Amino acid sequence: MKTCLVVDDSSIVRKVARRIVESLGFQVIEAEDGVEALVHCKKAMPEAILLDWNMPVMDGFQFLGTLRRMPGGDEPKVVFCTTETGIDHITKAMGGGANEYIMKPFDKDIVMAKFQEVGLIEREEETAA
Amino acid sequence: MNSPDYEYLRKLLKERSGLDLSADKQYLIESRLLPLARKGGLAGIPELVQKLQGGSSALITSVVEAMTTNETFFFRDKIPFDHFRDTIMPEVLKARASRRSVRIWCAAGSTGQEPYSLAMTLKEMGAALTGWRVEIIATDLSQEVLEKAKAGIYSQFEVQRGLPIQHLVKYFKPNGETWQINPELRAMIQHRQLNLLQDFSHLGTFDVIFCRNVLIYFDQETKINIFNRLARQIEPDGFMVLGAAETVVGLTDTFKPIADRRGLYRPNDPRVAAPIGAGAPRMVAMAGR
Repeated sequence: MKTCLVVDDSSIVRKVARRIVESLGFQVIEAEDGVEALVHCKKAMPEAILLDWNMPVMDGFQFLGTLRRMPGGDEPKVVFCTTETGIDHITKAMGGGANEYIMKPFDKDIVMAKFQEVGLIEREEETAA
Repeated sequence: MNSPDYEYLRKLLKERSGLDLSADKQYLIESRLLPLARKGGLAGIPELVQKLQGGSSALITSVVEAMTTNETFFFRDKIPFDHFRDTIMPEVLKARASRRSVRIWCAAGSTGQEPYSLAMTLKEMGAALTGWRVEIIATDLSQEVLEKAKAGIYSQFEVQRGLPIQHLVKYFKPNGETWQINPELRAMIQHRQLNLLQDFSHLGTFDVIFCRNVLIYFDQETKINIFNRLARQIEPDGFMVLGAAETVVGLTDTFKPIADRRGLYRPNDPRVAAPIGAGAPRMVAMAGR
């Protein structure tokens, strides 16, 4: 089973994200900030990381930079999931090595679409209407 | 909902739009029409039917639009757009190299996601299309839907379903809580109101026709009729794209499926394609040439 690390300082968001990501067939690990997320990544690299931007201690963008310089840190697919919806933030995230970007609020359809986009999950059979 | 009301709505929709609801689609009627009834200050479906029977043509239009509008998203099902990029366009580029023009018809353009997805795919092809005249005609039954398509304004939810973030950054501008597709892409598309049950020969002939997930609502006879008329609007070496659950097989010989390209069809050579049923005079004339 693939593992997804959910990084967000809000326990409510983590809970919602966990439910969605688990329903997509992932095992979920949670982290409250970038530093905690790095500890998990040093132990074992997850296949996917759903990453908030604004967090105490270490924010998502700093975490991403550190992750991408770690051995094996280029492997996880990183999907930002943040209330930052400006083009400048999106461009900065993608330039910093993110694979996709979700603007909050989000739902299962969006997480699924983005995970499909980066190849974390297969596309569902095409559906009629 | 009682069955006379249901039968009345079924008949009305069949006559007005060709929409052929089977007997078990009550939930669909309720989910689409109850909000419409409430918006109009009516208590429920029976009151709505009563008002329709009173002969309100504006209300009839709203009902037909509510029932025939489909939820859609950018690059829906992805595969047809891969086929468009990898199979259709390379052939069109070769076949039309001297003319340097391509005409594409989205026959169920809805709120614009499909035609804009095609426009983005073409933009991504870059220099290969420099100097080409590209026409995308998007048609839909509903005027309301066409207005939305024309404006090209989508909610944050809509732009996150099927649209890669790089495309959002490249082809859209934020507009408050919403996102608007760039004028350059909007200018690539002509939006027109059209009922597929009516004559569409005035649109001219096309190299590519996208007709996805719209014919599924029609009965067999109507489908055959539309396929045979579509065959007259497509170039002999053109392509037609249907939804994954749709086919021409068993309905008409005017199109043939392409092996290993699900949803992709080409017109049959008119000399071998004897249209099933009546009503394709031009095909007969061509066969006699």
